Amino acid sequence: MTTQAPGRPTPPEQRPPEQPGLPHTPDDETRLGLYRTMVLIRTYEEAILREYHVDKGPGFDIGKGLIPGEMHLSAGQEPVAAGVCAHLSTGDAVTATHRPHHLAIAHGVDMNRMTAEIFGRETGLGRGRGGHMHLFDPDVHFSCSGIIAEGYPPALGQAFAFRRKGTDRIAVAVTGEGAANQGAFHESLNLAVLWNLPVVFVVEDNDWGISVPRSVSTCVPSNATRAEAYGMPAERIEDNAVEAIYDAAGRAVERARQGRGPSLLEIHTLRMWGHFEGDAQAYRVDLTDVPGRDPIPTYERTLKAAGLLDDEAVSNIKAEAATRVEEAVTFAKDSLLPDPADAGKYVFA
Amino acid sequence: MTLTESPAAPAPSSQRLTTAKAMVQGLELEMARDDSVIYLGEDVGSYGGIFSSTTGLLDRFGPERVIDTPISETAFIGLGIGAAVEGLRPVVELMFADFMGVCLDQIYNHMAKIHYESGGNVKVPMVLTTAVGGGYSDGAQHSQCLWGTFGHLPGMKVVVPSNPYDAKGLIISAVRDDNPVVYMFHKGVMGLPWMAKNPRSMGEVPAGDYTVPIGEASVVREGTDVTVVTLSLSVHHALDVADKLAEDGVETEVIDLRSVVPLDRRAILASVGKTGRLVVVDEDYLSYGLSGEVVATIADEDPGLLRAPVARVANPDVPIPYSRPLEYAVLPRPERIEAAIRKVVGA
Ligand SMILES: Cc1ncc(C[n+]2csc(CCOP(=O)(O)OP(=O)(O)O)c2C)c(N)n1
Repeated sequence: MTTQAPGRPTPPEQRPPEQPGLPHTPDDETRLGLYRTMVLIRTYEEAILREYHVDKGPGFDIGKGLIPGEMHLSAGQEPVAAGVCAHLSTGDAVTATHRPHHLAIAHGVDMNRMTAEIFGRETGLGRGRGGHMHLFDPDVHFSCSGIIAEGYPPALGQAFAFRRKGTDRIAVAVTGEGAANQGAFHESLNLAVLWNLPVVFVVEDNDWGISVPRSVSTCVPSNATRAEAYGMPAERIEDNAVEAIYDAAGRAVERARQGRGPSLLEIHTLRMWGHFEGDAQAYRVDLTDVPGRDPIPTYERTLKAAGLLDDEAVSNIKAEAATRVEEAVTFAKDSLLPDPADAGKYVFA
Repeated sequence: MTLTESPAAPAPSSQRLTTAKAMVQGLELEMARDDSVIYLGEDVGSYGGIFSSTTGLLDRFGPERVIDTPISETAFIGLGIGAAVEGLRPVVELMFADFMGVCLDQIYNHMAKIHYESGGNVKVPMVLTTAVGGGYSDGAQHSQCLWGTFGHLPGMKVVVPSNPYDAKGLIISAVRDDNPVVYMFHKGVMGLPWMAKNPRSMGEVPAGDYTVPIGEASVVREGTDVTVVTLSLSVHHALDVADKLAEDGVETEVIDLRSVVPLDRRAILASVGKTGRLVVVDEDYLSYGLSGEVVATIADEDPGLLRAPVARVANPDVPIPYSRPLEYAVLPRPERIEAAIRKVVGA
């Protein structure tokens, strides 16, 4: 529901008074859904990891193999995608980064065509023109960019258009914590509050921007502080806790849908693997902690303790995910590469 | 030489280095010589630069002079400008030239214009190092060359080494220059262990300090039938193609421009004056760029030098595609270079 004429900014004094949102506690089915999404994402990233390294040798040549180029995988960041996207419909927009697969999967991007894009095939989302950092699925309003923080501004425009069309759809803009030091981040926060846009900003804090730890790049311990300075509600969620993310995202999404404006969530998550494949991570001082912080076994234990999962259910969920993912990989591998004569196609409409 | 004649082992006079190591060695010499030289950028400290442009510099010079920055290109490039104005000699790395988009104002409205706007009273002796080029499926936002764009905007020198010797000599010249110099290294010439490389990305480099003059092209292969004017990774391809064509009796002269600004127009004119035929190979976009500028040099000065129409092998104004067959179709791969030379010489 919009609270003013579509597309017109609401002056701050005319906005409805702020009310704290009610908690969003996931019911049993939702909890299992969160787990399934996380498992599907991990299964996917493991499959891409496996395929990426095929034929890269002798040694490691980034330009070789079935999947060439840079590869930024999201293992460990599944709770963010699962917890946030659980509140979205495919009519809502998501803008992601150079590390986009988890969000794409959780938001319902066509897995076959996404995989074909990563394999550079003509059946891919971008007919092989884009690649893994440039996945566009207009059916579910998903996009991503390889330029740091540059996904934030277009999300404002999608939110603006949704409101102008009189819908209650929203845009979710995601970046890493490293991106929060980029001008586009700050300009976007200001404009979103000023024009009361239905946006949820998400910052995935995985401690590292390539080799640079957060403490070396960022002057505040929490980006919630920065968002609050721009006049929007914000919170930082620790421990990669999927249900806490689900709760906070639920309130932020509801607020945006009700026309009450943007919010920001910073989520302390985990980059389990290298910045990109081939990153030796010599700089990484926290590697020994990584296995113990893996969010999937953690959540599995929680759901088992709650009586929602047992070993059999876990293996069924993993098997289902593997079937789905291998179907996508097979679709991609069975698809044709683009015709070089068509390289100039699609520069213009 | 006998042992008695040489009590101390002489320092090696030259070594075989990759382009990346040669660049770092140049920086190391300059940083040791001049305390005002600092290096700033993303992942230039413990990582040593994503493309190995700073390996070992942190260990040698410490975090006060080799500084990891936040992902805030406008702020740290602007900081470089201010520090240069106050007498430091900053070398600032923009990780990929493609990222100029987020910080172009500092580059072209400030770094490049301050000297002119101040009537020559304020100098900006800074170097902007940046990685360019494609060929390994990094997609449309991480594969561009863009030297034509930098070259188009007045006030900055632009250098583009293709090999270890020039990489070292040009970085030393760039640091010593009182102007802003953009130093563009192609990932494919660096000799990185994780990327396809031509043997030319490794070569003999004098151990000591030397310079390669900015604005001077080099004739990297002499020939009589056709001139190929090129730069960066395309020099490697052009030389391979020239070797192959020599077997068919076509003698190709290859000119490595090395500098885009200033452009060594005399070298271009001299070579085309000799061969009468011109092929320009440029990995950047075709239109409004370097290849047109090279051809215009002939048209402006003496179109009568040409005995055949020129050929330009460049990116046909297409964002660089991800998928390998598409990317290879738009890049100046050896096959396209060979076809262009054959057409121009009628072979
Ligand atoms: C404007 C810009 N500067 C630099 C880069 C190079 N780069 C790619 S990813 C990255 C680190 C990003 O860190 P963060 O935002 O925390 O995301 P993460 O990789 O941790 O998911 C950098 C510096 C870029 N893509 N765009």
